[in-house]
Amino acid sequence: MAMTQQEILAGLCEIIDEIAGVPADQVTPAKTFVDDLDIDSLSMVEIAVAAQDKFGVEIPDDQLKDLKTVQDVIDYVGRASVSA
Amino acid sequence: MRLYEGSAAGAKVLAFGGYQPARVVTNDELAALVDTNDEWIRSRVGIESRRLAAEDETVADMAVAAGGKALAASGLSPADIDLVIVATCTPEVMIPNTSAVVARRLGITAPGAFDLNAACAGFCYALAGAGDAVRAGSARNVLVIGAEKLSHWVDWTDRATCIIFADGAGAAVVGRATGPDGSPDAVPGIGPVVWGSDGDMADKICIRDRNSFIFQEGQSVFRWATTALHPIAQQACEAAGVHPTELAVFVPHQANLRIVEALAKRLGAPQAKVATDIVTAGNTSSASIPLALSRMTEQGELASGDKALLIGFGAGVCYAAQVITIP
Repeated sequence: MAMTQQEILAGLCEIIDEIAGVPADQVTPAKTFVDDLDIDSLSMVEIAVAAQDKFGVEIPDDQLKDLKTVQDVIDYVGRASVSA
Repeated sequence: MRLYEGSAAGAKVLAFGGYQPARVVTNDELAALVDTNDEWIRSRVGIESRRLAAEDETVADMAVAAGGKALAASGLSPADIDLVIVATCTPEVMIPNTSAVVARRLGITAPGAFDLNAACAGFCYALAGAGDAVRAGSARNVLVIGAEKLSHWVDWTDRATCIIFADGAGAAVVGRATGPDGSPDAVPGIGPVVWGSDGDMADKICIRDRNSFIFQEGQSVFRWATTALHPIAQQACEAAGVHPTELAVFVPHQANLRIVEALAKRLGAPQAKVATDIVTAGNTSSASIPLALSRMTEQGELASGDKALLIGFGAGVCYAAQVITIP
């Protein structure tokens, strides 16, 4: 069954807290990773790897560069988990 | 017929030696060349300063310095060395090979001599070859050197690479594993190597032609290094019959402090001291592992008999890991 946007956001918050130390209450859908959350390109790779473990959705590097906001990742995971 | 009697019990490292060029280059100096700053470099790659060779200082010069120190520390004479292997991917010239020149300058007469290019994994490949040569009886003692002048191949206007790469050399002398009475040592000093490669990623780290500079696709390399390599490291432990929790020290190639830390975390050896030479040495490719071992030995951080896990990895991509016993 496809995950809801809320479920994906909750999972993503856990990942971002663990990897980048950003508390969950700061991670809202409109935030950008680089400018708002101060997450660099290598941490984005770590987040993508952790997302694959958690959601079973692979985010390759060429897709990762287009995921600028938290909502972008939620949408990507949501789409990929439906088609999987 | 064998040239020399082989060593059934195996081979071991007898001594290490290292050489760093005199010139220290800080992050602030690089910030004057490219759009970067100290905080950015420290947070992305963990480097505070690096050493760069002088303009006229060659890979062979650095290899001779490190190799000479290792040879002196081993207590052997040049005549005891039958094989010299120089791991390098940055020789000034491709012909002649660096190893024959280095051997000559160290007074080692007519040894087998070859260069080996496995990029940043070069030292671990060379160490494996040296150990196997001693075990097979092809050599009594082998001088293994990793030496690089990466500064020569770096585009000093490319902030993605010029902050990372540096120069230096490290060396080890490998000989028969024998006990104090000359009998075969029950504890082999160099465990089986676990190695491999993946040419599908050949374009992720490369110098495209002789007029190009080193290029690296940072995110892809980071993903590979932090996800594909800890199982290799664990396999090397298993092959040596050493559990990760028995390791005294973990010396991964000093590629990037964040890769070093991620690998250490996933290895499952929380008790092991982790080499973090990159902070003051930069990424010196095939020199990074023996340089770290040499420095840790000099500073008394290692004890004789300690089990150390080494893993080299880099362009190709290729990788190699083995457990060694600290001399």
